Amino acid sequence: MNGVPSSTFFSAPPDWGWLIALYFFFGGLAGGCYFLASLIDLFGRSEDRPLSHLGYYIAFPCIAIGGLLLTVDLGRPERFWHMLIESNTYRPMFKYWSPMSIGSWAVMIFGIFAFVSFLGALADSERIPWAAWRKVHPPSLLGRCIAVIGGIFGFYVAGYTGVLLAVTNRPIWSDTPLLGMLFIVSAASTSAALMILLAKKSRWTMPGILDLHRMDAWVIALEFIVLIALMISLGPVFRAWLSAWGLLLLIGVIGVGMLVPLALSWRTQWLGDWNMKTTAVLILLGGFLLRLVIVFSAQGV
Amino acid sequence: MAEPMGFYTDTTVCIGCKACEVACKEWNQLPSTNGGENTLSGDSYDNTRKLDGIHWRHVKFIEQFTEDRKDGRWLLMSDVCKHCVHAACLEVCPTGAITRTEFDTVVIQSDACNGCRDCISACPFGVIDINPVSGIAQKCTLCYDRLQVGMEPACSKACPTESIQFGTINELKGRAEKRVEQLQQGGEKRAYLYGADEKMLGGLNSFYLLVDKPEVYGLPPDPKMPTRNLKPASMFSLLGAVLVGLIGIFNFRDRGAPARKEEAQP
Repeated sequence: MNGVPSSTFFSAPPDWGWLIALYFFFGGLAGGCYFLASLIDLFGRSEDRPLSHLGYYIAFPCIAIGGLLLTVDLGRPERFWHMLIESNTYRPMFKYWSPMSIGSWAVMIFGIFAFVSFLGALADSERIPWAAWRKVHPPSLLGRCIAVIGGIFGFYVAGYTGVLLAVTNRPIWSDTPLLGMLFIVSAASTSAALMILLAKKSRWTMPGILDLHRMDAWVIALEFIVLIALMISLGPVFRAWLSAWGLLLLIGVIGVGMLVPLALSWRTQWLGDWNMKTTAVLILLGGFLLRLVIVFSAQGV
Repeated sequence: MAEPMGFYTDTTVCIGCKACEVACKEWNQLPSTNGGENTLSGDSYDNTRKLDGIHWRHVKFIEQFTEDRKDGRWLLMSDVCKHCVHAACLEVCPTGAITRTEFDTVVIQSDACNGCRDCISACPFGVIDINPVSGIAQKCTLCYDRLQVGMEPACSKACPTESIQFGTINELKGRAEKRVEQLQQGGEKRAYLYGADEKMLGGLNSFYLLVDKPEVYGLPPDPKMPTRNLKPASMFSLLGAVLVGLIGIFNFRDRGAPARKEEAQP
C-alpha cells in the first residue's frame, strides 16, 4: 500500500486538541467517581458514606467543566444545542449509531443525575439544611434507583469517548475496537486515585479507603492488560506510535502511570505513609497522559 | 427524487490548469487567499495543498520521474468530495446538518452545523475541514444551488478538456467504461475506474479514471464506513464496565470489616 499500513491514513485530523483531551480526563473522572460513589452506597459499609459523598462532590463539577470544554471547543459554540434539538424542525436530534449524538444526550442526562446526587450528598452530610434532598440519596429506595441509573450513565460517559474515536476513519483510533474499554478502565483507576488522594488529604481513616486502594491495584493491572491488547490489535498501524508520543506512552503511561503504582501496591512498605498518596498521584498522571497520547498521536500521523 | 447526479473525472486528460478550482471559488464565494498567507508549497505546481473548508476543488500534481529525469510522466487529478452513496460524514454527523439531496449528493447545511468536526475524522478521503471564516465544516456541495435550477456545477462547466464530466451516474458510468476500454486498447493497460461500482461505499457519485494505484493519487485503496467499529467497540466497553464493576463489588462488599478498620488506622 505504498508504505501506508491502513486506509485510515488518508483521512484528515479533526484538530481536537487540549480542550478535548481535558474533557476526556474530566469526563472520565466524573463518570468514574459517580460510579464508585454509587458502588460504595450500594455495597459498602455505613462508615464509608463520607467516601461516597466525596465521589458525588467530584462528579458534578467535573461533568460541568466537561460540558463547558465541549461547548467551547465547537467552531460555533452558540449552536451547542443543535446536538440535542434539530435546528430546522425543533425536533429531538438523536442518532443511536452516532456516538457523538448519543454521547451528547448521555452527558446531559448524567449531568442532571450528578447534580441531583451532589445536592443529595450535601443534604445527607448536613452541609445544606434541605432535609428533603436526603431522599434522593441512598439508602432510600429513590436514592438507590438514582445511584444505579446515574452510575450506569456515568460509566457510559466515561467510555463513549473511546467508542467515538473508534467510529472515525483516523489512524490508531479506528484501527482498534479497544479504546472505549481502555477509557472505562482508566476512568475507574483515576477516579479511585483522586478519591483516595482527597480522602487522605482530609485525614480520613475509614476502611473504604483501603478497599479503594486495593481495587485500584486490580483495575490498574486490568488497564495494563487492555493497553497491551490494544497495541497488539493495532497490527501494522502500531508503527504510528514509533514517535515521541509512543515514548510518552511507554514511559509516562505504562511506566510511571501503571508499573510503578503496581509495584507500590505490591510493596506497601517502600514509601511508608506516602505510599498510598504517591500511588494515587502517579495513577492520575498516567491517566491524563494516556488521554493526551491518544488524542494527539492520531492527529499527528 | 431526481436521478442520481455526479462527476466522472478522467485524470488522463487533465492538464492541471486549475480552472475548476477558480470556478469553484468564484461561484461559491470562497476566499482566494489562505488567510493572507500566500506562500508557495514547494510541491510541484500545487499551492492549494489539500481539500479543506475553503478549497473544495484541488488539482493534484504527481511527478513520476526516473532519478536521471530522462523518463517520466505527470499524473494530474482534480480532487473533490466523492458524494459517497454510503457517506461516512452524513452517518456520524450529530446535528443532522449533513443531508442527502434529491440528486443523491451530500450537502452540509451551513445554518445547522456547529463545528464539532466529527465529520472531518469520519471522511475516509480527508475532504472536509473547517472554514475559518464561518467556523463550520464545509466542502463541495456539487453546486446544489445550480443543480436546483437546472445548471451544471461550476467546475465541470469550466473544465476545458472535459476531464471533469457532469451528468447522471448511469450515463457517466457508460462513458467512463468506454474510455477505459479505449485506453486499454491503445496500450494503457493500467487504466481503471476508482469508485464507480457499489463495492466502494455503495459507489462514489464522484468517481475517477486512474492509471496508477489509488494511494499514488492520495486516495485510500479500501475506504470503510466508520460505524464498522461501533458494535465491537461498544461490546468491549461493556465488557470493561462489567469487569470494573465486578472488581469494585468484590472489593467493597462488607467482609472482614473490623480487621480492615484496624489496618486503616494511621
